[in-house]
Amino acid sequence: MNEIIDILTELHDDVDFTTETGLVENGILNSLDIVAIISEIDDRFDVQIPAEEILPENFDSAEALWALVQRLDEA
Amino acid sequence: MLKNILQYLENTAARMPDKLAFSDGERTLTHGELLQISRRVGSYLSAKAYRREPVMLLLDRSPEAVAATLGVIYSGCYYVVLDTDMPLARMGQIMDTMKARVLVCDEKNTKKANELAEKGLFSGEILSWEEAKACSEDSAALEDIRSRQIDTDPIYVVFTSGSTGIPKGVAACHRSVIDYTEALCEVLPFSEDTVFANQTPLYFDAPLKEIMPTLKYGATVYLVPKKLFMFPVKLCEFLNAHRINTVCWVVSALTMISALGALEKTPPRYLTTICFGSEVFPRPQYDLWRAAYPDAAFFNLYGPTEATGMSCYWPVRDLLPDEPIPVGYPFNNTRILLLTDDGKEAADGEVGEIHMQGTCVTLGYYANPEKTAEAFVQNPLNPYYPELIYRTGDLGRYNERGELVFISRRDAQIKHMGHRIELGEIEAAAASVEGVGQCCCVYDNPGKRIALYYVGDAHPKDMQKALREKLPRYMLPAICEVLTAMPRTPNGKLDRKGLRERAEQEE
Repeated sequence: MNEIIDILTELHDDVDFTTETGLVENGILNSLDIVAIISEIDDRFDVQIPAEEILPENFDSAEALWALVQRLDEA
Repeated sequence: MLKNILQYLENTAARMPDKLAFSDGERTLTHGELLQISRRVGSYLSAKAYRREPVMLLLDRSPEAVAATLGVIYSGCYYVVLDTDMPLARMGQIMDTMKARVLVCDEKNTKKANELAEKGLFSGEILSWEEAKACSEDSAALEDIRSRQIDTDPIYVVFTSGSTGIPKGVAACHRSVIDYTEALCEVLPFSEDTVFANQTPLYFDAPLKEIMPTLKYGATVYLVPKKLFMFPVKLCEFLNAHRINTVCWVVSALTMISALGALEKTPPRYLTTICFGSEVFPRPQYDLWRAAYPDAAFFNLYGPTEATGMSCYWPVRDLLPDEPIPVGYPFNNTRILLLTDDGKEAADGEVGEIHMQGTCVTLGYYANPEKTAEAFVQNPLNPYYPELIYRTGDLGRYNERGELVFISRRDAQIKHMGHRIELGEIEAAAASVEGVGQCCCVYDNPGKRIALYYVGDAHPKDMQKALREKLPRYMLPAICEVLTAMPRTPNGKLDRKGLRERAEQEE
């Protein structure tokens, strides 16, 4: 989880990612961020996010992203 | 005589009033409705006695926002579309340049408009869009305005970022936009059956390439919600749901789909024309698109806002593995002059600065004679009569086939260890390495070091190795780093200045 927050903080150091749950909804992330997050998750966790999982609900908070990574890692 | 872009709308609306013109997936306008609303808005502004002056538009991106721009033209004024997400300070800079007496905003943006007024950034009249579009049409007034309009009257002012940090407003007239529309439609396979998916916001000139052919032919434009460009599968589903057959997008919007696997998972099924531009297309992603659509027509489009939309096109052909994607040929009625620093034409294969000549050259920077005089200059090859050409600041050269190839921005040219180096050449070499996305090369002048920043999987060591095989030694970067994302300016452009500062601070 902390590593997810690290990734996000590197992109936007002015956001508190431990509490923010509207990363997509509130327009914090843009399309370039999504690409960067996917590539960082691949690098750090060796988890590849397939196209069908790149959905607003999976990127709306650090927690949702972490849940996605864990789910994909187990599969 | 075709002298006013509204004639496209009028001809089409008479021919096919019920055909869908603009939609954002929810709200729609037919060509007939578009004409009706535009005429009402024109009548409304005219009744308020605004004439031949700027009208600021603060509206959400929607079919009605397109009607608003056309309505402003009906009134004999010219429009400036504001980015509703823009920081107030930047909006203030634009207001300061335009000194407009009037702003039209929809209900949703009223708060922002009032804020502008309260902060003293805008002191003119604020008009309600809802009221404007409900006004009854005054045909006589519109006819009177039309009879006085000439084709060198401005239509819009579009703001681009200036290197000094103050945005510059490019003003363009009917004649330039008509010239662009006609030339564009000669080359690209547009017709009334074209269904566009618009990606770029209305405060740029980029959407002209969708809006104008749509008015001319009676085609259809879907304004793709911005958020979809974050979610490739959803984006592709949108394209399929609306049977989109034509996209003219920036490269990063296309690579979003291909790099994240959506081309395989949910391929857009109806695409027949794919235009791209504004950025260098990384070859691996470009190759993915070409392989996925072997029968589609692909075009690279290139051009500065100052020469009205796009100036050059390149219909794709097979490229050599390391060959950069050319920008190709000028549109009909546009001339490219490739000039060396001493104002002479570049010799075959020689690098020169790209200059644009023709009706496409816009009116200049609004209320900025100094910057206008720097960029819109007398053709140095013609000392005989006034002839303005636009200097793009882009360097290019012709390849053996006679296609224009973009090299880099002029300010990206450096002198390093006695060599004149185009940083763009290093970028192009880096971009051709496997697993590399966007790259940016900057020069740390105090430290005399070339720095390369890029996104992608390639390890810096492998990158250095690959570059050693492609570039002369003096062009090899001393700093080579992978970034999670390229830094952007508020305008969404690559933040070269920020990277240069970063390079200067590196150990």
